[in-house]
Amino acid sequence: MCLSIPSKVIEIDKDNVATVDTMGVKRKVTLDLMDEEVKIGDYVLIHVGFAMGKISEEEAKQSIALYNEIVEQMQSGQIDDEEGNMNYA
Amino acid sequence: MPKVDLIEGFRDPCHMKALAEIIAKECHKKINIMEVCGGHTHTIMKFGLMQILPKNIEFVHGPGCPVCIMPKERIDHAIALASMPNTILATLGDMIRVPGSKTSLQKLRAEGKDIRSLYSPLDVLKIAKENPDKNVVFFAIGFETTTPMTAVLIKDAVEHKIKNLFFHINHVTVPEPIDVIMQGGDAHIDAFLGPSHVSVITGYKIYEPLAQKYKTPIVVSGFEPTDVMESVLKIVRQINEGRSEVENEYKRAVTQDGNVKAQELISTYMEQRSHFRWRGIGDIPKSALKIKDEYGFLDAEIVFKDFLPTQEIDDHKMCICGDILKGKAKPFDCKVFGKACTPTNPMGSCMVSSEGACSAYYKYGSLLEKGAKA
Ligand code: SF4
Repeated sequence: MCLSIPSKVIEIDKDNVATVDTMGVKRKVTLDLMDEEVKIGDYVLIHVGFAMGKISEEEAKQSIALYNEIVEQMQSGQIDDEEGNMNYA
Repeated sequence: MPKVDLIEGFRDPCHMKALAEIIAKECHKKINIMEVCGGHTHTIMKFGLMQILPKNIEFVHGPGCPVCIMPKERIDHAIALASMPNTILATLGDMIRVPGSKTSLQKLRAEGKDIRSLYSPLDVLKIAKENPDKNVVFFAIGFETTTPMTAVLIKDAVEHKIKNLFFHINHVTVPEPIDVIMQGGDAHIDAFLGPSHVSVITGYKIYEPLAQKYKTPIVVSGFEPTDVMESVLKIVRQINEGRSEVENEYKRAVTQDGNVKAQELISTYMEQRSHFRWRGIGDIPKSALKIKDEYGFLDAEIVFKDFLPTQEIDDHKMCICGDILKGKAKPFDCKVFGKACTPTNPMGSCMVSSEGACSAYYKYGSLLEKGAKA
């Protein structure tokens, strides 16, 4: 039942209804459940026609940057030290 | 600034492989992880995570599918409501397909009853407005994720004095069934993958009492495959270090306190039920919600009481869903799995919706048999 894909807000009308873009598919969702301000360009999570939370782009970027770092370290063999320890917070 | 893809970034095969290698290196004993939410079951199966993770990590599929846990007597309620004269029954998704004790909503619809499967609960307001001479009943299902949407509808019905809209509430909550599964002490579960979207609404604080009580790590995880992998790594590290904490992997969407506005809407219009029967688990105290008494005039269970059957109906005794939910059995252990019990003809709760464990094994089973663990 849950759509996990982040949708980008591309328009907000006066009835508190936003048009969002989910991987190229446009749809209208209500912002009635949002407890923080939503702006054009924000990413939101959608559930059955409602925006229910914002996606923090900053946090998403940090995770992806971290994954890239892990891949690089694995490729350069750094992670293969005795303990298998690495700085992964 | 380089463009970061918020979807592909969490599905990158290199990331998954790298995480799998770190997990394999650090995981030294068998760990059974229950993924509470059907959405995680889906990710684990679809992306073949069981094949790339080391053999000693096992997933146990939990009770987090709202359609699967609906006892037959509640489905019989929906069927009775839809059979009332001059009535439109509306509900979400898979619910239509699930058989009650005698028939299903789908069959009833084929016989001419007005039953609507909605994309969004909001559509029910439109249906009520367009059909002022009919009773419209919304059969509301779902965990904490969907409850606030129903609360918005109730608010609208109250504020706009909509006279022909009624609610049959089947909203259930996550912590209580986990408590029941762990209570007996015989469940084979070492850690939990916490739900993504339930936690967006509730915040991750709701799992803290469980992590403390049962000394099990609970990691709230996003739905993407790398989210699940990273959460597994967090679980392995907690176990290695003897910790049992609530950790939040899904930081980009989940906070400690969740969506407070949504929580307030729920508590304005709904309250805890004394108990609710869960298909496959049984009766669980305080595990579901109902409309508050002051709004009883909207509650289909009160308004249409005389139409509703009261008999409780259990699944076939061959069905071992209860043990599957406790991690004590796998769908393959059930004698009727894939034979008498299939998604088109489900005998038990875990086969009824695509998010259920038996149904997922039915769909992706050949993949599992070929996998490293077979
Ligand atoms: S296969 Fe069917 S009968 Fe067997 S445990 Fe699963 S749902 Fe129950």
